[in-house]
Amino acid sequence: MTADLALIWPELILTIGGLITLMLGTFFGDRAVGLYQLAAMLTLAIAAAAVVTMFGTDATVFSGTLSVDSFGGFSKLLIYAASFVCLFIAPRFFKDGMRAEYPALIIFAALGMGIMASARDLMTLYVGLELNSLAAYVLASFMRTDDRSSEAGLKYFVLGALASGILLYGISLLYGFTGTTDFAGVATAMGGELNIGLIFGIVFVIAGLAFKISAVPFHMWTPDVYEGAPTPVTAFFATAPKVAAMALLTRVVIDAMGPAIGAWQQILIFLALASIILGAVGAIGQKNIKRLLAYSSINNVGYMLIGLAAGTQQGVEGVLTYLLVYVVTTVGAFLVVLQFRDAEGNQVESIPALAGLSQRRPGLAGAFAVFLFSLAGIPPLFGFWPKYLVFEAAVNANLVPLAVAGIVASVIGAYYYIAIIKTMFFDDKSETEFPAGGGVVVEDAVITASALWLSVVGYLFIPALAALSASAAGVLF
Amino acid sequence: MSGLPILSLMLAVPTVAAIACVFASDRNARFIALGATLIDFALGLMMWAQFDVGGAQWQFQELHEGLFGRFNYALGIDGMALMLIMLSVFLMPLCILASWESITKRVGLYMAMFLIMEVVMLGVFAAQDLLLFYIFFEAGLIPMYFIIGIWGGANRKYAAFKFFLYTLLGSVLMLIAMIAMIGEAGTTDIPTLLVYNFPPEMQTWLWLAFFASLAVKMPMWPVHTWLPDAHVQAPTAGSMILAGVLLKMGSYGFIRFMMPMFPEASAQFMWIVFALSMIAVVYTSLVALVQSDMKKLIAYSSVAHMAIVTAGLYALNQQGIEGALIIMLSHGVVSAALFFCVGVIYDRLHTREIDRYGGLAVNMPAYALFFMLFTMASIGLPGTSGFVGEFLSLAGIYEASSAVAFVCTTGIILGAAYMLYLYRRVVFGELTKDDVKAMPDLNPREWAILAPLAAVALWMGVYPESFLAPMRGDVTTVVARLAPAKPAGDAHLAASKPKPASAAHGEAHHAGGVQ
Repeated sequence: MTADLALIWPELILTIGGLITLMLGTFFGDRAVGLYQLAAMLTLAIAAAAVVTMFGTDATVFSGTLSVDSFGGFSKLLIYAASFVCLFIAPRFFKDGMRAEYPALIIFAALGMGIMASARDLMTLYVGLELNSLAAYVLASFMRTDDRSSEAGLKYFVLGALASGILLYGISLLYGFTGTTDFAGVATAMGGELNIGLIFGIVFVIAGLAFKISAVPFHMWTPDVYEGAPTPVTAFFATAPKVAAMALLTRVVIDAMGPAIGAWQQILIFLALASIILGAVGAIGQKNIKRLLAYSSINNVGYMLIGLAAGTQQGVEGVLTYLLVYVVTTVGAFLVVLQFRDAEGNQVESIPALAGLSQRRPGLAGAFAVFLFSLAGIPPLFGFWPKYLVFEAAVNANLVPLAVAGIVASVIGAYYYIAIIKTMFFDDKSETEFPAGGGVVVEDAVITASALWLSVVGYLFIPALAALSASAAGVLF
Repeated sequence: MSGLPILSLMLAVPTVAAIACVFASDRNARFIALGATLIDFALGLMMWAQFDVGGAQWQFQELHEGLFGRFNYALGIDGMALMLIMLSVFLMPLCILASWESITKRVGLYMAMFLIMEVVMLGVFAAQDLLLFYIFFEAGLIPMYFIIGIWGGANRKYAAFKFFLYTLLGSVLMLIAMIAMIGEAGTTDIPTLLVYNFPPEMQTWLWLAFFASLAVKMPMWPVHTWLPDAHVQAPTAGSMILAGVLLKMGSYGFIRFMMPMFPEASAQFMWIVFALSMIAVVYTSLVALVQSDMKKLIAYSSVAHMAIVTAGLYALNQQGIEGALIIMLSHGVVSAALFFCVGVIYDRLHTREIDRYGGLAVNMPAYALFFMLFTMASIGLPGTSGFVGEFLSLAGIYEASSAVAFVCTTGIILGAAYMLYLYRRVVFGELTKDDVKAMPDLNPREWAILAPLAAVALWMGVYPESFLAPMRGDVTTVVARLAPAKPAGDAHLAASKPKPASAAHGEAHHAGGVQ
């Protein structure tokens, strides 16, 4: 038991840090919110450091319900980093509205996501997922006075509860027909003959998880929640939970359902293609930048699913690389969106208002163009590389039609990305002013660094990325 | 070969200059861009001087293994790549000069985009790694999208979108084919892939995927429709570089990848290429004949010329391919010059309507002379670059199929018709319109652009051996690779006495030995 505790340092640190933040909040109220933010960021940093020191261990703890391995480590680092940034950018957005709960909620969400990424038992899976979800529901409706935010929270909660129900139903079916909740045990049972109960279990579990990664047809909540939630929270939703849910889905299909690849592969292929196409087509008419980024995230999840559908180690490596590049791009894009402020300092979310931005804020428009081209996967920007990897995995797994369909649909996706670039660079200046001041130096530095990394510089990191993702994906095979 | 990594240097100079241009003032940006492109031109000349004709197939090779993990930073050129690189570095300073006065807004960004364009073009021709090639190949979309979209004409946004999406749709299929090739051959090294024998049934669909991509880039009928729009809306220098070099990327892909890598499929699909080329030559020439917009007319003539290139390449013999390569170079120079000629009068009158001009020979004699020269070169008058390429490629096509040669030759006649008709309407006739009367003749800057273009067009027409010699060995290699699969032509040429081509035969043997 104590040996087990020594292996879950990151989770312990987060739990204690989160509780301390909460306690501080009760004592000092909303006045000292800067302090809690600092404490929370420190907690995340320490937890990330703990993950780094433990990188490479491969063990299971608590009677095999949780695994400590480099796959989980990789995911957790990404999750913690994304949460860190979303904490960091919050105060400027909320101005006076930032309350003590925000840092604590982010920490608990990160804790839940860490558990999701390392679960190797259907029960731990569910606990991690719900811990994250509960925090997320509150975060979505964090701006209590804003109708859209409350609506987003409620919508997220109702649909999330439905998805949890579906997932639980699937879990109970798997448990009923295999007699165990342990991933390895489920896998052993899947190795035999697949009966109808198991197949239903697979379908329901994947459907429940598809909701979390917002894959079509379980994506309905995404645009509304992304639009309604406060922008730092949207940035959070678009990054960290995507990583966690994708890692979880990967572990479930590879570890628990590995032998039944014939059953789930076609589901994932459908989810992938539907997400790519609907994510691309749905984005075309959008006038709100946050809604558009929501569709963009649906679209990108589709590409990750292509890598996962391959069901090979190469495919999982592709998914992990994709997640990392996606998180960097999305964080960068949302940081830019946060800087879209008019003369009164109000957030600008309308795409037509961005017309001619390149003449008012050339640097900002340039960085945003880099992020968008990268999301579209146009070389030489680095967003091309993970797309290449997942397509390569699909082709090598004899899924050539899937790869062809996916890559052709990417052209539809390119349309709306370049349409925003058109608005920023080709159109005449709009009336919105976009004064330059007010940007935090660190924010600008993060934008610049990620834009540079996503331009050609990223290619120099391919060997390191490949080694990292190979060691992470290796533990699943 | 000296130890200087000359190709990397040629990529680095414009890259650095592009970054500098973004931050420089308008005036400085122009000079930085001109300086950088001239340095690259000088480096190109140095490379040509050092190039060992008849020596190793690949020269100036640079390889940094493991820099990008899965694929390599590998550069290197053969004769064909050398010539196309020379074309690019020769046209670039002229493009910068051509935009010297006509571009007034956001000059820094404009110059940066052109310099990035140069990096991309050089990268495409110098890449020796399949993925590196693809990255450069597609990277060209971004700067061109900006060039058309920001500095283009009235309908520029539509044209920019059409250009971007059309060419992207084409190139993505090629990526899937490349992935399959890498999986099959286990390497991304182009020289290795060139001699790898892919199974014939796999070649079929690899060929089709490459064809889908390169045919759009070329462009071939019926996927050429983006080109007139892009040309008409692009600024003058954008049209120059688009017609001069970007279209050549498509035909370069044909000869670099499709023909030597998929010889069986090439022979199998020869007639598709012939059929599309024949339609293109006649159809687009007829379309060019009725255009009222000068740029559109030249754009359609580009499609017709590129169709002769494809037909010449798919004759699959020495003359056909050599001729096609010379047309590529000649068309690069001549079409760029023609687009600049249009730009010269567009800058003065701000219209491309042919009917708005007339009688320019009276008040712009120097201009009329240059325009005449390039018109003739486009038609293929002996003594100009166009003649050499067209004659060689038609001779090659005739060897493969006399029917195709007949149709393609019709295209040449139609070409003469639309170019002469254009020339008559713009330059000859009565000088009646007052605003046209007021147009001054060429200024020194325009002289400086047209004179080198004219010199090269004539040089290529009078002594094409300078350009053919570096490429001959490479063509022989490709022909040798195609030989086992190539169908017999219907020409049945009788060789009655020993041909002077025995020297070339010896080179074929030599180049084969290098492989």
